[in-house]
Amino acid sequence: MIATASMVALIAIGAAMLFNLYRLLVGPDTPTRVLALDTLTINAIALVVLAGIFYDTAIYFEAALLFAMVGFLTTVAYCKYMLRGNVME
Amino acid sequence: MISEIAITALIYLAAFFLFVGSLGLAKLPSLMQRLHGPTKATTLGIGSLLIASMLYFLLERGALSIHELLITTFLFLTAPVTALMIANAHILRDTRNRKKLPPTGGAVGWAVIDGPPAEQSDQD
Repeated sequence: MIATASMVALIAIGAAMLFNLYRLLVGPDTPTRVLALDTLTINAIALVVLAGIFYDTAIYFEAALLFAMVGFLTTVAYCKYMLRGNVME
Repeated sequence: MISEIAITALIYLAAFFLFVGSLGLAKLPSLMQRLHGPTKATTLGIGSLLIASMLYFLLERGALSIHELLITTFLFLTAPVTALMIANAHILRDTRNRKKLPPTGGAVGWAVIDGPPAEQSDQD
């Protein structure tokens, strides 16, 4: 039951990541591309957590936490660059 | 059995909301509308998926895991900050709509575009 639900969620998250990839490639302006990259990171975290449920192991959570932190830092750095012209002042 | 049904329902809910958030990102016409999908629907989806994972390890394996709470807290704190920074960058770069802005009516202009007001001394 949980395995079936995990497979359905895997398909849904895969389709969502394809949508994000489409927006990342097509996106008309730069902030849209940054937003698509941020959403892609969140979907990757969801995929890692889902793998933790499906394979019944708890060692993937550090990877998910690392994804969350690096994704947030990436987005902030991109936005800072777009707003100020450089990252560190 | 009950716990299994609850975990399954939460996983389906998470799959639905993650899909809807990314569909909104792909389908909506402008950036300010596209921000709604990832900041609300996707955050809700990943929150329910993390609750499902927590319940799975608590009820099926009998081990309480705190990692999910850590990830949930971090994501729920950073999602609004990310949305605000992307919206600021969009406002700064979108020069076409800038002429349509009405005057603010105060001494201070629009945020992001006009910059902060001049520093005032402490004496007055």
